[in-house]
Amino acid sequence: MPSKLTPEELKQELLKAYPAKVARKREKQIIINKHKDPSANGLPTTNEVLANARTIPGILSMRGCAYAGCKGVVLGPTRDILHIVHGPIGCSYYAWLTRRNQTRPVSDEDPNFMTYCFSTDMQEEDIIYGGEKKLKKAIDEAIAIFKPKALDIFSTCPVGLIGDDVHAVAREMEAKYPDVNIFGFSCEGYKGVSQSAGHHIANNKVFTDVLGLGDLKKPGKYRVNLLGEYNIGGDAFELERVFEKCGITLQATFSGNSTYEEFTSAHNVDLNLVMCHRSINYMADMMETKYGIPWFKVNFIGAESSAKSLRKIGQYYGDQELIDRIEAVIAEEMPAIEAARATHRPSLEGKTAVLFVGGSRAHHYQDLFHELGMETISAGYEFAHRDDYEGRHVLSSIKVDADSRNIEEIEVHPDAELYKERVTPERKAELLAMGIEMNGYEGMMPEMKEGALIIDDLNHHEAEVLIEKVKPAIFGAGVKEKYVIQKSGVPLKQLHSYDYSGPYAGFKGAINFYAEIDRLVNASCWGLVKAPWQSSPELSASYAYVG
Amino acid sequence: MLLRHTTAETIVEREALTINPAKTCQPIGAMYAALGIHKCLPHSHGSQGCCSYHRSMLTRHFKEPVMAATSAFTEGASVFGGQANLVEALGNIFSIYNPDIVAIHTTCLSETIGDDCGQIASKALESGKIPAGKVVINTSTPSYVGSHITGFSNMVKSMVTSLSESTKPGKDNVVNIIPGFVDPSDMEEIKRLAGELGVKTILFPDTSNVVNGPMTGKFHMYPAGGTTIEELRATGDSKATLALGPSASGAAAKALDTKCKVPCQELELPIGLQATDRFVDALRKVAGVTVPESINRERGQLLDMMTDMHQYTYGRKVAIAGDPDHLVSLVEFLVSLDMKPIHIVTGTPGKKIAPRFKASLEKMGRPGNLKAPGDLFHLHQWIKQEPVDLILGNTHCKYIARDEDTPLVRVGFPIIDRVGHQYMPTLGYRGAIRLLEKILSALMDRQDRDAPEESFELVM
Repeated sequence: MPSKLTPEELKQELLKAYPAKVARKREKQIIINKHKDPSANGLPTTNEVLANARTIPGILSMRGCAYAGCKGVVLGPTRDILHIVHGPIGCSYYAWLTRRNQTRPVSDEDPNFMTYCFSTDMQEEDIIYGGEKKLKKAIDEAIAIFKPKALDIFSTCPVGLIGDDVHAVAREMEAKYPDVNIFGFSCEGYKGVSQSAGHHIANNKVFTDVLGLGDLKKPGKYRVNLLGEYNIGGDAFELERVFEKCGITLQATFSGNSTYEEFTSAHNVDLNLVMCHRSINYMADMMETKYGIPWFKVNFIGAESSAKSLRKIGQYYGDQELIDRIEAVIAEEMPAIEAARATHRPSLEGKTAVLFVGGSRAHHYQDLFHELGMETISAGYEFAHRDDYEGRHVLSSIKVDADSRNIEEIEVHPDAELYKERVTPERKAELLAMGIEMNGYEGMMPEMKEGALIIDDLNHHEAEVLIEKVKPAIFGAGVKEKYVIQKSGVPLKQLHSYDYSGPYAGFKGAINFYAEIDRLVNASCWGLVKAPWQSSPELSASYAYVG
Repeated sequence: MLLRHTTAETIVEREALTINPAKTCQPIGAMYAALGIHKCLPHSHGSQGCCSYHRSMLTRHFKEPVMAATSAFTEGASVFGGQANLVEALGNIFSIYNPDIVAIHTTCLSETIGDDCGQIASKALESGKIPAGKVVINTSTPSYVGSHITGFSNMVKSMVTSLSESTKPGKDNVVNIIPGFVDPSDMEEIKRLAGELGVKTILFPDTSNVVNGPMTGKFHMYPAGGTTIEELRATGDSKATLALGPSASGAAAKALDTKCKVPCQELELPIGLQATDRFVDALRKVAGVTVPESINRERGQLLDMMTDMHQYTYGRKVAIAGDPDHLVSLVEFLVSLDMKPIHIVTGTPGKKIAPRFKASLEKMGRPGNLKAPGDLFHLHQWIKQEPVDLILGNTHCKYIARDEDTPLVRVGFPIIDRVGHQYMPTLGYRGAIRLLEKILSALMDRQDRDAPEESFELVM
């Protein structure tokens, strides 16, 4: 049931509990979606949102840190790079198998380190005297036991403060073990303002220290990379299935179900497909500059979106054989989708959703809800930037603030040997005319309705007000929010962990999702909140003893 | 194989690399302890990642909301100090979320830079960020010392040093009980036992009805449970303190003795028959009451079950991982069932732990492996060297259990793939009955699965 309040009234409800200083800031992070004239070429088509700004202390934000963005998100899913976390035990412990990045080694002998949690477990003396010695010893031990091809080091909060130089350690240990690629990340938790800084730090280092080292070329005519797909609940497995069926070769995925070797050879492709724009757009841009590999945005969340994204690939290659095969695959997959939709849509149609997820799913999942006839009336990200909200055309107007200025921007130049122009400017123009914008992403807001409430870095207070005033049929967010929201009688779908199910990507994923949302929204238990004596507390009759 | 790189052979003696830890870091323990204060908002003074991780892990364990705020350090604050962040946070917390008390803990970040949270809280008070009648306490929980158990211990100790008051010459006829790092169901069970004995108690911290609350259709930021501030103050007027689990509860009990002259006794966590006996006996003596028949009956029921089913536990080898206070009592319980806990690991460091196992391990009649601090990689190597019939540990042990095709009984923290622990205790006689039922079910399910058809039993 949509709120009876106007969007502006709802916004004021969210803001009214705040001290003046907090209200002034949140006012800019809570935006009523408004479309402007799209003919205003190159100008923002929606309102401006304040994003990627520091978290307000004490506000109960949903956000995590740069270490989580770097280790937990981008590198974590790669099964054969051995990840050592340099820090006290917690950081490594909490990122141990808690993101559901599935992986499937090819054989029983292939390395798979994902079930392991490696840490230098820094102690007080390491803080006082420095932890480099222990880190080196830990690397010795890890290499002796696990014999990895590549090993990386993740810095946590105290590492930067005490001045441990993980990069120097990496260089020294690489000299000692020339067969092992060893590199470090300065992803201390306090860098930037959220997980986002960690994505950037991860992209930079993988780009400079891993990419381009290999020469694997998987067989096939149409070779692509999938960037920003982390194989939560088997999403990448489903996409691997669909790609194979279409005759498209998936050279590397960053980084769901991925290997080190695939990373090293990711430059041997014709095209990069960007799924999660926030976490991997840096890599996409750098690969285009260095190797001439173009990219475009795809979305494989939702059956229609999946079909659309596949067709884009067909159009990019412009090869009739591929186009026909893609159409045949879509035609083959669609009947099951339509049947599932016919089953589940009637009990969900017209219901509302609100979505507050990391940096990309709050947008992608709107397509799936739309396929079920559900409208997303409010959405936002924990840590996306303005371009994810408003579209990449605003990139040039984004000012990097003091809190994010120290995240390194690396300078990239075309590679003397490996640069090859894949698409000419003329072809790019042709593609644009067909509706395929290379290097483009229109953002979440232009696709949402006017009046939808866009909330960046949603906090607990605002979530509670939304539940009270809007009472959506479903709330999409994470594990910290799940039981808070459900206590109020509103089902919450975890859109990070998928509540331990999945996949939700691709065609089979859409079918899973339809069934899952139907199950959750229409579960019998939501109707059992009141005990009989609570719904009608007064006795209407009583027994009398009549002897 | 899930843990395909783990082999029986020790390739190198590890000194620096921890693999698959059997502990986590301090602040999560402090956050959990702070949730055991009524109308308290825990606050993490560090960068926000820690707070999110700790809330998430506690949420996964309890399947319940876990509220906490953070100072949300940026790089600037990490270099120049987090005073402004904490002062701002306190102002925002009280105006937006209105707790009665904020319990601050620190992280490796704020500890490394040396922020003094007590002093910062005073600054916040001076600048009017803390409304009249509201309370702020703080504790230091450096992640690079000890484990989550240390963090719990530090926060509970700070409750005493900040709040406990001795207000009069005599003492009230009340016994303080510090329950240790145990589930809310266990805290409830301790209160029930004390109630059966007719002893007036103050249990602190007390997370029952905080992280195992009902679904009512309305979210309550501060649930009904939790020890109240008044009760915490009154702990200084109690006549004695029982500290259950020396690692988690000992420090606070000693601090209360020092501060308010409330004598304390350290006891092992009341898991299993003998440790529960010692708890009940200590409580009886300190309160001057007689143990009622109802408790004798519970004890007898447990013993009855132990004798009835002894053939299934006798001689069975067990590997066990967990937190020190749990381990000491669990091992004693296993040995009382004539089981053989041959591989024992805790991640929490402490020189005092090994002697606490001595009596149980001597009674076992054969040597066992004990490592503190050790990790689950080490435990797994031991299991490969000498296989066991049963593994006792938290959810992380399921990877070893599956690889080795060995039954697992989930005990301790965290249990993130099953429910029940938040509602049903493993402490006390009743908890021991539940624990024994779980152990027997695991062993007998395995026998049913593996038995040849001709010896598949209807009655067991």
